[in-house]
Amino acid sequence: MKKLKALKTTAKVDFATYLGVIAAFIIVSLLKSGGFLNRSLTGMLVPICCYIVMAVSLNLTVGILGELSLGHAGFMSVGAFSGVIAAMSLQNAVPFGWARLVIAIAVGAAFAALAGFVVGVPVLRLRGDYLAIVTLAFGEIIKELINCLLVGCDENGLHMAFNISGTLTIDDLGMTPAGTAIIKGAQGATGTEKLASFGAGFILVMLTLVIVLNLVRSRAGRAVMAIRDNRIAAESIGVNVTKYKMIAFITSAALAGAAGALYGLNYSSLAASKFDFNTSILVLVYVVLGGLGSIWGSIIAAAVLYILPEALRQFSDYRMLVYAIVLILVMLATNNPTLKNFLGRLKPRRSHRKEAA
Amino acid sequence: MMKKFFGILLALAMVLSLAACGGNGGSGTPANDTPPASTDNNQPSGDAPSGGSASGTFKLGGVGPLTGDAAIYGNAAMNGAQIAVDEINALGGIQIEFKAEDDVADGETSVNAYNTLMDWGMQVLVGPVTTGAAIAVSAEVYNDRVFALTPSASSTDVISGKDNMFQVCFTDPNQGVGSADYISQNMPGAKVGIIYRNDDAYSQGIRDTFVAEAGKVGLEIVSEGTFTKDTQSDFSVQLTAAQSSGADLIFLPTYYQPNAVILNQAKGMGYAPTFFGVDGMDGILAMPGFDTSLAEGVMLLTPFSADADDQRTQSFVAKYNELHGETPNQFAADGYDAVYIIYEALQAAGCSGDMSAEEICEAIVAVMPTITVDGLTGQGMTWAESGEVSKAPMAVVIKDGVYVTP
Repeated sequence: MKKLKALKTTAKVDFATYLGVIAAFIIVSLLKSGGFLNRSLTGMLVPICCYIVMAVSLNLTVGILGELSLGHAGFMSVGAFSGVIAAMSLQNAVPFGWARLVIAIAVGAAFAALAGFVVGVPVLRLRGDYLAIVTLAFGEIIKELINCLLVGCDENGLHMAFNISGTLTIDDLGMTPAGTAIIKGAQGATGTEKLASFGAGFILVMLTLVIVLNLVRSRAGRAVMAIRDNRIAAESIGVNVTKYKMIAFITSAALAGAAGALYGLNYSSLAASKFDFNTSILVLVYVVLGGLGSIWGSIIAAAVLYILPEALRQFSDYRMLVYAIVLILVMLATNNPTLKNFLGRLKPRRSHRKEAA
Repeated sequence: MMKKFFGILLALAMVLSLAACGGNGGSGTPANDTPPASTDNNQPSGDAPSGGSASGTFKLGGVGPLTGDAAIYGNAAMNGAQIAVDEINALGGIQIEFKAEDDVADGETSVNAYNTLMDWGMQVLVGPVTTGAAIAVSAEVYNDRVFALTPSASSTDVISGKDNMFQVCFTDPNQGVGSADYISQNMPGAKVGIIYRNDDAYSQGIRDTFVAEAGKVGLEIVSEGTFTKDTQSDFSVQLTAAQSSGADLIFLPTYYQPNAVILNQAKGMGYAPTFFGVDGMDGILAMPGFDTSLAEGVMLLTPFSADADDQRTQSFVAKYNELHGETPNQFAADGYDAVYIIYEALQAAGCSGDMSAEEICEAIVAVMPTITVDGLTGQGMTWAESGEVSKAPMAVVIKDGVYVTP
């Protein structure tokens, strides 16, 4: 009976999260169609969706699994570039833009999951902070690899070359004149057709929520959290630690790849240097400020903190300084004893009501 | 408790005081109280067709990196543009409101900055200043039908396939080809070493065309060294490789920050080849903490030299010096020219301030291939329909901390 009640609370929070996202989507869509939304906000909708997915998926690794990952942007990068290649090379084969977007997101997720698997197999067997070190390196390695990557597409299919020596150019791919260059090494992907839309972003966010929340509330998710809370205790009751760590980590990587594909198809130019260490840290900031393990916290933090630097444009040169000060103030405010007391006073009332019920 | 409250209060006060600074410093409204242009007679440049004349107030937006790694470019271009705007406003005819937004040289932020300007009611865009950002924004301006003129984004990807995106600067292929031609004509038999950044569109693009043209004109390339954003603090490996292969000219299609390190390290190891840069080298003399004696004898291909002796350049340099306390670089001149080019185009197309951005765009796109503008960065600049500018490149050499034509 007690267990059922506890489940009900988490389920309530989950449903509130779904409903909140759906309500936000409907309100924003209505405002957009009514012309009440300015261009600045309209333009930020797709990246916000991408960063929400990034934050929620990173929360799975950092908050739920309890392992620090500093290379989440690396998975985003893998997803973005594989998604862009898929979408651009299928331009003739698949006439519908939305179908290409779906394929690109699926391809991006698959490649990022593969990358997650490759990184995870050796590292997740270890104890300690090794994942942080290896993912940090992974992000940098991916950046360098994509800088060497030349990809083009013509009627004979895809052409790829690895420009390790730095002396190859797109002409060395041997494409027919009708071919188009998709990724030009350091210049990244240019001339990408913009396929992403707010609707697609919303669907991806909902999909992410369904996957992550169901995973967390499932048997596997409880095993993952048991590993986080006490690895030895989890092992002693027969939980296969590596397996469950892999499940959480690969899911997180795949979702980051999907977000990357959506992001990549929202801009006509995309360079590998975008997905550097700073982007990984940015997403980590969303997760930490939203609250480790709190999915809805990640969503709100990603949306608010993405809009904040843009909303601070009136401060011109000082905007990033003001942004930093706001972050510090948020940290201070959430740790403020008065506020905590205030929130603590709200809590007993709720448990009191539960007892009564 | 009291202490903490006080702390937060102080922090808030700081934020607000900063806000006040920012508000004043970054204002982009037309400054009507600026002194009238000192060289009135040669302000309206060029022989634009006098068919129509523009009227009213136009809203010009600027996008460039005002903070971050590439801030020198963005600030220079926007400062230059502001000077041109002030001059045009002082002429009395059409009035221009100018507002610059920061994009940190990042495509995503650049699109956000562009959208912010569209909310403000921008009619014509000057920018973005850097290549990657400009490619991202060019897709947006093409969809929105807003005329954009980039002062300095030099990749062909910026303009290809977009009829309403134009450039003030040379394209990367032009710079690579121009450099190779200049070196082969003026320094025949030079053994060329190249050091370039292979994770940067600009650097890689110029290197590719330089190497291709070098093959055609028979220029010998003896070594190539690459670096990335993360390894641009040490060049001893690349320099040693160039030295041991006997290179007597180092071609640097890179930005000025790594160039400063390269010059310093080359001097440290007693290696003194001729250094040859392109427009990214411009700005090195204005770099804080840079010992300008290191740049002695450095050659670069630039369309603008601050000590050219025509009156217009001199008045611009004097004004820039007075306002910002430094000698303007090529990007400032590009920004300045961009505003005058738009001014000429608006005049030629007979636009009025109450036209929408789309109407102005269609009108200007139609007249751009027909106008000729004399600017600081070139005499008789003309444009192809593709958006590419046609003007002559100029090689300068640094002597005693200033550019002189060799």
